[in-house]
Amino acid sequence: MRFCRVLFVTAVLAAGVMPSAASEALAQPKPSADEFVPLDEVPPEEQIPAINLVAAAYGFVWIVVVGYVWSLGKRLQQAESEIAALERKAR
Amino acid sequence: MSRLNQIELALAGMMLGVSPWIIDAAPYESTMGLVQKIFYYHMPAAWLFLLAALVAGVASGMFLFGKKKDADGWALAAAEMAVVFGIITLVTGPLWARKAWGIWWVWDARLTSSLILWMIFVAYLLLRRYGGPGSDKLGAGMALFGLANVPFIFVSVNVWRTLHPQTSVVPTLPVQMGGPLWFCLTAFLLLFLALMSMRARLERQRVRIENLYLAEDEA
Repeated sequence: MRFCRVLFVTAVLAAGVMPSAASEALAQPKPSADEFVPLDEVPPEEQIPAINLVAAAYGFVWIVVVGYVWSLGKRLQQAESEIAALERKAR
Repeated sequence: MSRLNQIELALAGMMLGVSPWIIDAAPYESTMGLVQKIFYYHMPAAWLFLLAALVAGVASGMFLFGKKKDADGWALAAAEMAVVFGIITLVTGPLWARKAWGIWWVWDARLTSSLILWMIFVAYLLLRRYGGPGSDKLGAGMALFGLANVPFIFVSVNVWRTLHPQTSVVPTLPVQMGGPLWFCLTAFLLLFLALMSMRARLERQRVRIENLYLAEDEA
């Protein structure tokens, strides 16, 4: 008889707690990594100062442009000297 | 390097050298603030990326269907420009997006198709470098495929929902922001013209070297 009473109380408690736990879980879903977070709510340690991003962008452009101009100039110079050597050989 | 190329390069260098001061004088965009200044390099690079892909595709078409051999050199030069200006676009964009959107990258129509276009021209250059005989015609076909992607990239922001601003932004810019943009675009365009002409010249020299080696073998 006592066992039945304990079982009844447990069942009543479980029936009362479980739906509320389930609804809480539905109401507050776990934050996901892909979830949108407004920028002003992002924690300070995750924010990157705009000046760093602007400097990186402008620095990258300059490095690519200077690097490419240098590489193209070098390739042109090599081709010109090869042509001159071949023409000398042909004469 | 021709005299015209030297003038174009010097002018582009001077204009790009003073551009940070001109951009600094432009007003801040109300919602994005300082990070929006990346726009003044990002947008000209993106336009020239598409222009280079367009030139490479048209020149490849002339080479394939019009049997114009010189056009192949121009296609190769333009493909290299597409890779250079494409990497500038694809790196500066995410640096801007990180602050403006809170993420580095989204797989939307504009960004994904731009990445695909860049990869097409990287593949084109690899094919031309290591493909051996016949790679010129195969490469021309790839460049035509890249050309077909250009209008898709341009209209993608107007057709699909995306975080990227629409094409209607530029015509509505105030003069204080439009001035620095057109200044940077002119500088980038001069740079593009000089570099493309130099790259096409390098290709003509390579053809000349091949002919000299052939003449040497025959002699």
